[in-house]
Amino acid sequence: MRHIISILIENESGALSRVAGLFSARGYNIESLTVAPTEDSSLSRMTLVTSGSDEIIEQITKQLNKLIDVVKLIDLAESAHIERELMLVKIKTSHDTREEVKRMVDIFRGKIIDVTANSYVVEMTGQSSKLDAFIHGFEEGSIIEVVRSGPTGISRGEKGLHL
Amino acid sequence: MELSGGHILVQCLKDEGVEFVFGYPGGSVLHIYDAIFHQDEVKHILVRHEQAAAHAADAYARATGKPGVVLVTSGPGATNAVTGIATAYMDSIPMVIISGQVPSPVIGSDAFQEVDTVGITRPCVKHNFLVKDVNDLAETMKKAFYVATTGRPGPVLVDVPKDMTDPNIKVPYKYPKKISMRSYNPVVSGHKGQIKRAVDMLLTAQRPMIYSGGGVILGEAHKELTELTQLLGYPITNTLMGLGGYPATDKQFVGMLGMHGTYEANMAMHESDVILAVGARFDDRVTGKLAEFCPYAKIIHIDVDPASISKTVKVDVPIVGEVKPVLEQMIELIKDSKTKPSKSALESWWQLIGSWRDVHCLDYDRTSSVIKPQYVVEQLYQVTGGEAFVTSDVGQHQMYAAQYYHFDKPRRWINSGGLGTMGFGLPAAIGVKLAFPEANVACITGEASIQMCIQELSTALQYNAPVKIINLNNRYMGMVRQWQEFSYQSRYSQSYMDTIPDFVKLAEAYGHVGMLIEKPEDVRGALEEAFALKDRTVFLDFITDRTENVYPMIEAGKGHHDMKLRVAPGTPVDRELS
Repeated sequence: MRHIISILIENESGALSRVAGLFSARGYNIESLTVAPTEDSSLSRMTLVTSGSDEIIEQITKQLNKLIDVVKLIDLAESAHIERELMLVKIKTSHDTREEVKRMVDIFRGKIIDVTANSYVVEMTGQSSKLDAFIHGFEEGSIIEVVRSGPTGISRGEKGLHL
Repeated sequence: MELSGGHILVQCLKDEGVEFVFGYPGGSVLHIYDAIFHQDEVKHILVRHEQAAAHAADAYARATGKPGVVLVTSGPGATNAVTGIATAYMDSIPMVIISGQVPSPVIGSDAFQEVDTVGITRPCVKHNFLVKDVNDLAETMKKAFYVATTGRPGPVLVDVPKDMTDPNIKVPYKYPKKISMRSYNPVVSGHKGQIKRAVDMLLTAQRPMIYSGGGVILGEAHKELTELTQLLGYPITNTLMGLGGYPATDKQFVGMLGMHGTYEANMAMHESDVILAVGARFDDRVTGKLAEFCPYAKIIHIDVDPASISKTVKVDVPIVGEVKPVLEQMIELIKDSKTKPSKSALESWWQLIGSWRDVHCLDYDRTSSVIKPQYVVEQLYQVTGGEAFVTSDVGQHQMYAAQYYHFDKPRRWINSGGLGTMGFGLPAAIGVKLAFPEANVACITGEASIQMCIQELSTALQYNAPVKIINLNNRYMGMVRQWQEFSYQSRYSQSYMDTIPDFVKLAEAYGHVGMLIEKPEDVRGALEEAFALKDRTVFLDFITDRTENVYPMIEAGKGHHDMKLRVAPGTPVDRELS
């Protein structure tokens, strides 16, 4: 099953490689990983998407907690949460296809943020499945480039992951 | 007080009460070595190879309970130490390693003797630090000792770029008395409800087993474990790392369990209905085939490391906490409980165990005209009155030592259990002897293992650390040969050497005493003579039976009840006993 593990970690050099190293050393898989500092510059927030049996996920969270730099973590998949991913897509356009692409972008509530004679750059956020659906809506060869941030997430309700 | 980084490091060690630093100098640590030169409170032990520095410090920690300290230079100094660091990591040994690093402005430029030490050691340390500001040095050292010695202990490395120890840069020095880290709060006491559940389960068991490991030794819980076990009257087995956690000569001790454990210990585990695992981690050498591990048992597991619980074997009652306070609470509850262990159930359980003991799985041919390795260990046990510190290398001799030297006290059996590092024994013996100069220290080894750190004979002489090397010389890498005999139709690929040095001459060349023993009747006398030479290191080269095997044996992928036993002396065949 897919799990989204959200981690508060000391903003130290090497902290990211401790997490990445743990996953490769123990053979756990990482589907995506995002990391950036929080409002407290001494802490980073990491969102890690992984999958595995309940036993493996239990080991992953225990092993992550064991890392000295990890301050706190939660498995967002255990409760109600919101999940968003940012995607930038560069799409081939021509005189004939421009309108059609723009309609697609509108349907998916994206934004066109760069335009040339032969291309659009589209910005879109949402759940990963929505971004997948947008990409699948185009013919093969019409997409020049896809850049995705990987999902980040936050739990619903008042409670939060903080010190 | 204003000090330069080099002096700060040495002062930190003094403030931590460090007695010995095991190390080897080099370019990046010269400022630190100069600071060492200016004092004599912290004694530096110069090894002959950095791997040995880590092993000696590790063994010092195992024998004393205090953290071992290592000092090595950048590049090859650090990489040589890695095997020793990984050895300590696998066995959860508290250790602090200070490694030199190239000056911070040139880090990343492939400078002379530069490696990414923090990167290389990351998977085999509990934590590591790269010091980026000399003002952080003292606090970083405090953190290193704190992390290394608390929770589940382990090695912590502090990588110190050379400019951090520049004698011209002095900063105020203050060693923190206490330190807290928001990201590190090891659990000490166990969950009360879980402890109660565990006690209830234990008291109503029909065929209970206590299985204890290295955590009991590390957690100084041998007294509590012994009290609990004797209060209940239950059988107890120790892992390789747990030997000495319960007195081996006591009648409730059924021997070591696992791949080369006793028949009675493994059968009792297999048939047990309630298992209390204390500071043990269900290692693959202990469990054998997981699917067949303890099929009838409910399992209680006490461990300070939550990640050790239900890692390979799903447990029924997990208790996260230090073993000592948890065992203390269990003892209280058992004493207060109205439920008492069922006498009749326990009687028939002990009867069954007695029938397994009657197999005498550790018997061997005592009439042999060649020296049996088991005999040497038995004689060593008698000559030293069972009181020696015994270090070992890795292989058959290690198993013979674990099976035939009966450890009644903790911290006497010093071996590389998790990583299985050949070359550990001799530097370990030196580390132990420095900690306990009056004690008998024996290194049980083989002619293959001993050659992996043989250069430390020189260190033993320099620091007057007279140890006795018990070399069980069968002219084979015995354990490799045994596996090749069992699993590769005796195709002995690369498991022997054509040339083995004359160990007597070699010992003499290093300034020690060498003895060659070729007949069983000379074993006892040689050992007595060697231990009488209190102030000399003695290398006893015992020429042993070439084809002796370690029994019992659970072969890879088999369960506890599926053991290979020795039947008639010297004739290894399978025997159906399950």
